[in-house]
Amino acid sequence: MATPRIGAFICHCGTNIGGIVNVPEVVEYAKGLPYVAHAEANLYTCSEEGISSIKRAIEQYDLNRVVVASCTPRTHQPLFRSACADAGLNPYLFEFVNIREHCSWIHREHHQEATEKAKELVKMGVAKARWLEAQQEFESDIYPAGMVIGGGIAGMSAALNLANQGFEVHLVEKEPGLGGRLLRLNRIFTIDKDPRELVENIVKAVGNHPRIRVHMPASVKAVSGYIGNFDVSVDEDGQETSFKVGVIIVATGAQVLKPELYGYGESANVLTQLDLEEKLKDGELGKFQNVVMINCVGARIPERPYCSRVCCMTAIKNAALMKEINPEAKVYLLYRDLMTYGVEFEQYYRDAKEAGVRFIRYTLDALPRVSGTESVEAVKVYDELMDMEIELPCDLLVLATPLIPNDDNEELSRMLKASTGDGGFFLEAHVKLRPVEFAMDGVYVAGTCRWPADIRESIAQGYAAASEAMIPLRQGLVKVEAITAVVDPRICKGCGTCTLVCPFEAAGLKECEIRGLEGKIVSEVNAALCKGCGLCAAACPNGAIQQRGFTDVELMSMVNAMSGKR
Amino acid sequence: MQKTKEIQTEFKPKILAFCCNWCAYAGADLAGVSRFQMPTDVRVIRVMCSGRVPPELVIRALANGLDGVMVLGCHPGDCHYSEGNYLTRRRAHILKRLLTYIGIEPERFQLRWVSASEGAKFSAVVKEVTDQITALGPNRWAEKR
Repeated sequence: MATPRIGAFICHCGTNIGGIVNVPEVVEYAKGLPYVAHAEANLYTCSEEGISSIKRAIEQYDLNRVVVASCTPRTHQPLFRSACADAGLNPYLFEFVNIREHCSWIHREHHQEATEKAKELVKMGVAKARWLEAQQEFESDIYPAGMVIGGGIAGMSAALNLANQGFEVHLVEKEPGLGGRLLRLNRIFTIDKDPRELVENIVKAVGNHPRIRVHMPASVKAVSGYIGNFDVSVDEDGQETSFKVGVIIVATGAQVLKPELYGYGESANVLTQLDLEEKLKDGELGKFQNVVMINCVGARIPERPYCSRVCCMTAIKNAALMKEINPEAKVYLLYRDLMTYGVEFEQYYRDAKEAGVRFIRYTLDALPRVSGTESVEAVKVYDELMDMEIELPCDLLVLATPLIPNDDNEELSRMLKASTGDGGFFLEAHVKLRPVEFAMDGVYVAGTCRWPADIRESIAQGYAAASEAMIPLRQGLVKVEAITAVVDPRICKGCGTCTLVCPFEAAGLKECEIRGLEGKIVSEVNAALCKGCGLCAAACPNGAIQQRGFTDVELMSMVNAMSGKR
Repeated sequence: MQKTKEIQTEFKPKILAFCCNWCAYAGADLAGVSRFQMPTDVRVIRVMCSGRVPPELVIRALANGLDGVMVLGCHPGDCHYSEGNYLTRRRAHILKRLLTYIGIEPERFQLRWVSASEGAKFSAVVKEVTDQITALGPNRWAEKR
């Protein structure tokens, strides 16, 4: 191994780091660390200027290791690694030090201590970098098929998109029919059409597609494997089916909250907006003289703080429809804030107002109150504009409740290793930069299982997830990060501890074929199966297994650097 | 007596935290993004799984004189590698007994679960463990030997 020549690049990140950590001081400190041949500060190391500065320094100072101290490897490691690669340096000779998320942002009032901490973190990164070795990535084939979970509008859009591009698709739907929640609606807002007009053609296209295999009613029972090679087992109408796919799209939708408020479930004339739609659709609803609707029921409250996004428009749609059915009816819509965020949406709201729907604002500290004996007969609400409580006669009360996560999200999340967020909705890899991908490679998300969305958004997300999923399918192979485990057969005693701890059956005992060691029973790690967790490396009693990029000596050198030992 | 107290209030512990890439490290990132302010005494080393941390590494850190070592992983059932954190949990039990046996306060080693969405929990753990280690005082194991 050539003598390490380490370059350290300390990022100001504008004022994010530079405003708290004394970056020039850290640079001076880095210059004095063992094997550091060059250290510099960058305003933004991730900018074009910063990247070319890394490349220039690699050449100018003959660097064979690069350390960047800036933000988090979870977002920026690929960028800096490729900068190294561009300059002819193996990308695994790069080490990341996090002095933003783990330092400046969390110690804003303690500039001196944050600076000392940043120095120490850089010292630890440099200590590890000294031991880094060049690595080659393993390439693994992608099985050219996808699974879409959920046959609602988002899932069907994704499935069609994948299939039309030439890939086999397994569509898994838990209900006995395709179409999802959309088919339970009466009308669709802004275009006021029967959803069947939209959905039926799509359902037909999916059902007749030669490359789409619909599993229905079916649920996913087990998923194992990784991007390109998932083994799926599905319970289809009591029968177990297994198949292989390369990518998975989750589009399982959401459910509507059934509230325990305003007499819902007790009085016959209290419905949710979805109940109302179903009754309207089935023609079960008579004429009403006094209709009151309440928005944000169970939403935007401390225990469920989010806005469900589709309910304002749904309420406006149904309020206008009640006026249409009976122009004499008095229709009141009690809201907290109206979210009519699209251009057509605002016009739709104005039209409802012109049609005679009355909008009254209420606040969380003065909730509407219902009264009546058998059923709800009146609703009292404090009217801000009139500065008094008014009483509205009521023979139909309709509650707009939020979409909430499906009950089986947790189970699915565990199977797919796809994270869920605070409320139980699925969580994408990055809120802005990776909106339809999970952190787990090869698994994607679309539609209301992520967050309340309307039809247009759900379709767009279905398409987006399908096109993201298509990238590995089209490429046909995926590069696996070179952090897999390797066995040194000279040290290995063939005890098999690694085979016991490996969750992926990647480690196995074999007769050694290497010259001089022929016939010795040793462990061997299959790089195609290894996920790079390092469990075997930690468990090996002889230190015969090393995880690339996280070797014993690399980790130990960081510990020693932190404790001031060489 | 007065003097010891003074030393104790000035004592700033050195704490190492091994964070798994998928949950705890992401939780620590989220704490940063959320600007949760916390004590400056903890340094994070990223590993892919909490199960990558061998006991030797923890013991070496404490023998070197670090005042505390944390291992932070995914919640049970949520391990990115299915069961790595179970291995960590079993190892931690034995390790604590071993630490007691060789004369290191077992509280100097802490195992906690922090998910990728638990930025607030990460900062709470950092505060809590920093307080605990500070209360224990400096790790004098190496000197005592």
